[in-house]
Amino acid sequence: MPPAAQLLLLLVMLSDFAVLATTRLSGCIRALAAQGLLLGALPLVLAPLSAHTVVLALGTVAVKAVVLPRFLAWAIREASVRREVEPLVGFVASLLLGAGAVALAFGIAARLPLARMPDALLVPAALATLMIGFIVLTTRRKAITQVVGYLMLENGIYLFGLTQTASVPFLLELGVLLDVFVGVFVMGIVVFHINREIDSLDSEQLTEPAD
Amino acid sequence: MRLLALCFLPAAVAAAAAPLRRGSGLRPAALVAAALAHTALTASLWWRPPAAAVPPETVGWLGVDALGLLVLSVNSVLFLAGAVYAVGYLRLDAPRGGRIFVSCLLAFLTAASVVALSQHLAMLWVGMEAATLAVAPLIFHRRDRRSLAAAWKYLVISSVAIALALLGIFFLATAQAGVAGRPLLVPDLVAGARALQPAWLRAAFVFLLVGFGTKMGLAPMHTWKPDTYREAPGLVSGLMAGALTSCAFLGVARITQVTVAAGLGGFARPPLVGFGLLSLAVAAAFVLAQRDLERLLGYSSVEHVGLLALGLGLGGFGAWGSLLHLVNNALVKGWLFLVAGNVVLATGGPASAANRGLARRLPVSGILLLLGLFAVTGSPPFGLFQSELTLLRAAFAAGHPVIAMTMASLLALIFAGMAALVLEMTLGGSGEAAEAPAPAARESRWLVASPLALAALVLMLGFYIPGPLQSVLARAAAALGGSVP
Repeated sequence: MPPAAQLLLLLVMLSDFAVLATTRLSGCIRALAAQGLLLGALPLVLAPLSAHTVVLALGTVAVKAVVLPRFLAWAIREASVRREVEPLVGFVASLLLGAGAVALAFGIAARLPLARMPDALLVPAALATLMIGFIVLTTRRKAITQVVGYLMLENGIYLFGLTQTASVPFLLELGVLLDVFVGVFVMGIVVFHINREIDSLDSEQLTEPAD
Repeated sequence: MRLLALCFLPAAVAAAAAPLRRGSGLRPAALVAAALAHTALTASLWWRPPAAAVPPETVGWLGVDALGLLVLSVNSVLFLAGAVYAVGYLRLDAPRGGRIFVSCLLAFLTAASVVALSQHLAMLWVGMEAATLAVAPLIFHRRDRRSLAAAWKYLVISSVAIALALLGIFFLATAQAGVAGRPLLVPDLVAGARALQPAWLRAAFVFLLVGFGTKMGLAPMHTWKPDTYREAPGLVSGLMAGALTSCAFLGVARITQVTVAAGLGGFARPPLVGFGLLSLAVAAAFVLAQRDLERLLGYSSVEHVGLLALGLGLGGFGAWGSLLHLVNNALVKGWLFLVAGNVVLATGGPASAANRGLARRLPVSGILLLLGLFAVTGSPPFGLFQSELTLLRAAFAAGHPVIAMTMASLLALIFAGMAALVLEMTLGGSGEAAEAPAPAARESRWLVASPLALAALVLMLGFYIPGPLQSVLARAAAALGGSVP
């Protein structure tokens, strides 16, 4: 169990909390980009060095740390969204929820029977990132923060996928594919917004009268 | 070779048709040609099955088993009906020459074929994701705030669902670690099912059921459905309610197949029954006060996917009933949504209760809508009566009279709710008949041919199930651990 991997995984969890705690959209996106960078470095320290892991690391960094954060920043600028995060649940409450999620993640991970474990922290970090992503997705009002939450959820799935690189080598590429999917959908939505001159990316305004 | 052609032919046609000039009429022709070729290839799989179910040139990733063949054929027939309808539709309503419309439809056909033919669960997932993405631009069709809201809701809910399904697939790979056999291939998973780690298999089942169940539109994850179906054009809603749900059902059926083979049927069945009954209850509650035809059909779709899950969960010949219902549901949803699309085209607005007296104003579509009401609610002599009766009998046979009674009373409620709106729309007195456009111009042959053909098929399935279909249904039900009634 390389100590570098442990450090990286701790930093990933720290970046989860950075997203929860930040009050500005740009801070959220910077934390997400940092997380993408950490995820890109992980295969290099966990798996034996090969052409496959290098390509995977480069691809992950390119998509998760460069393309998507830049794209989100561009969307905020183009649609002139207000810079605040506007949570439905207060920052302190969401941090407490996040702490609960981490505790739960360690609790669940301890009960899961895993034969080959690259790193003891991997499963808890994956589950925590997944749950915190879900918290961000459901407790933030803006469409753009919902996308951030969704991307974190997916980062959690990517981390879990790292446990299976040995047996199913292309699973991680699937995760990256999911990123492209999101990229396309966000792009579509933003372009639509600009076309229709709707001034903010507030998902509350997108809710319709119920039945 | 035929399998690869089924997957890539529509995409190739889409690429070839994209640069065509608008107004040439070639684009709808390309769409119909691709659909015809696809149906012909699918039919050839029925008459002359490939030598090996999983041909060697696909490294085991693509193959035709009974379940996949059923879903592939349903999608192919429905798509052909949709393509013929699209010829008439694109003459009346074609933003930007229909380029995006036709390309997205063909991309959807490719993705749906990949799902149906995948023997590799990760590839099935990729196909599902691509199919989800391919229809998204079509929802944002009216270019207004409501359709933007519907598209956003669809995308957010679908993406989270599909991410959860991916996690489920990772769990399944973990369950398979250390077991002989190639990873994530259905035949190998089923053969080595007893050796899979049960804890991880259970987790995989839960995540895949929730992920693909959301894509099917099972309650309580159905909230995207009524909005999406209302905003998308009738043709697209029909394909989503018939083909996309069938693909998602295949995802649920595959993991059920593995779980049952592992001897964990007792774990898998209660959640399926629970989601099924909850979907019926939600549909019954929401159809009662519905004033919009396409939203109504959305809730009806929630009902029918609920029946699909219920049948899978009942065991015995429930799986057989569920698979027959899959065929019926796809055909009847295509029929009704195409008719609803005709109402929208003819009146220029949403198909709401404000449109009355349709049986007089749009003779063919109006009558088809009225007949469709009886077909979709499972009245005899239509095919859905047979499949719903089978499901009821399966519930009694499995020793669950309470489930059967609940199901029957919810179906009766849904019938009452749907009849209220449809009867008002078709037979209700029309106060504003004067402002309606001349029906002849708006109800061309292209627009009524497909719903008529689909209606004929649904009627036929009420009396007679062809021999080849019977044998495929029997084999597919056996794969799911069920039997023939």
